[in-house]
Amino acid sequence: MNAPTPRARLAPGRPAAATLGLIDVDIHPRLASWSDLHPWLSAEHRMRLAVYGTRPRHGYVKGPPYHKAQPLACRRDAWPPGGGTPASDPDFLRAQHLDHFGIDIGILNPLSQGQGERNNAFSAALCHATNEWQLAHWVARDPRLRASVTIPYEDPQASAAEIRLRGGDARFAHVLMMSRTAQPAGHPHYWPIYEAAAEVGLPVAFHAFGYSGHTMTNAGWPSYYIEEVSEHATSCQNLLTSLIVEGVFVRFPSLRVVLIECGFAWLPSLGWRLDALWPTLRDEVPHLAELPSETIRRHVWVSTQPIEEPDRPEQLVEIMGWIGWDRILYASDYPHWDFDDPRFAIPAYLGEERRAAIYGGNARALYGW
Amino acid sequence: MAEVAGRRIVIFNLGGEFFALADRCPHQGGPLSAGPVMGEIRSDCPGQYRYHRPGEILRCPWHAWEFDIRTGRSVCDPRRVKTGSYPARLASGAELALQAETFPVRVEESYVVVEI
Repeated sequence: MNAPTPRARLAPGRPAAATLGLIDVDIHPRLASWSDLHPWLSAEHRMRLAVYGTRPRHGYVKGPPYHKAQPLACRRDAWPPGGGTPASDPDFLRAQHLDHFGIDIGILNPLSQGQGERNNAFSAALCHATNEWQLAHWVARDPRLRASVTIPYEDPQASAAEIRLRGGDARFAHVLMMSRTAQPAGHPHYWPIYEAAAEVGLPVAFHAFGYSGHTMTNAGWPSYYIEEVSEHATSCQNLLTSLIVEGVFVRFPSLRVVLIECGFAWLPSLGWRLDALWPTLRDEVPHLAELPSETIRRHVWVSTQPIEEPDRPEQLVEIMGWIGWDRILYASDYPHWDFDDPRFAIPAYLGEERRAAIYGGNARALYGW
Repeated sequence: MAEVAGRRIVIFNLGGEFFALADRCPHQGGPLSAGPVMGEIRSDCPGQYRYHRPGEILRCPWHAWEFDIRTGRSVCDPRRVKTGSYPARLASGAELALQAETFPVRVEESYVVVEI
């Protein structure tokens, strides 16, 4: 990575502790209009988009099943003054986010732009177009931005082809999946995705949300949005348990997984539980050759937004220490309402060295920047 | 919104009573002036809701934390969380001995002429 520019160092919102760079692994660009994808869609898919639109895997025809805390789940001050929706205007995103906080590198994670669409071929076309759109509309306009390889993950073969197409292109940071998949994420059904990602050397990021077609709790659909957003702590445990127990990391030992917007205070508890069960149940899953917590420590990175906020700082320090001070990445979630300002989200009590690692050092090591 | 001595302050008029809050959320520093003014939804038991004190609650534009405009205190945790608040009242110019810069003005035919 290039050294921070003087402009970045002088940015009003840049934390002084970001001495190893300020890397934001979670920025959500938004289409100003679905027609922005037209240049990369065939006539058939343009027509499908116009006539039928996208159909997410949940029971509601339009929009998400839960209303968000703020309009479009966004910061109310993130609506561009020139019109349009939050994070649809590259100039305003640059001014309000990249320049204001002095961000050196920001990873784009487009949501709801084809991933989880019920029609696999359409999903593949939309994801491919979204990847081209990220390059043309965002990365080409600001060299601080990196794209995600969005994939039609319910079609693993098409996903693997898209990953291999992007392999070796340094403008892409990682492969992006949603946390709610139609089958447990470690199921061999999805292995072509992990195989391709390991082959081209891109980490696989799971971002919380998405809709699987299943209810989001074992007892059906919850009533409130607060239940949906706190549900990530449980569904991401299922996701990670499946990846470990199915043997994904045994089969693809170089695979690296990043959990984005999943929280992480639940992770030590999951590790303890699996470690306690493994000696008894090892013969059920004999392909596992080590304590599950060791697998977690070697293959899993977490990001800070949302970071748990206990009243007693030492509790957070203990949890982060268990996960590993080299495994935690700063994420802003811009422009969403639960956005984290880097100066305040990474508490000063962690100390300068650990904060520097979280702000940039760990992401540089993970992504090779 | 006013900026006084380097501090951004949001001023509210609740039916003739004036209140002034710091334009900074105590949580993560969100600009409160960009947030909506609303009421507070209260409930005595699940399923029963009432809209309480319309126009007296300010929500942060980021994480939607709610603040009582009259006190600056958080609705969720009034004991511990509070945004800066300042006493505000109406005062006459004479009382404050305010003197704006004045310029002679006279009417000539149908024009108002201001001499600078």
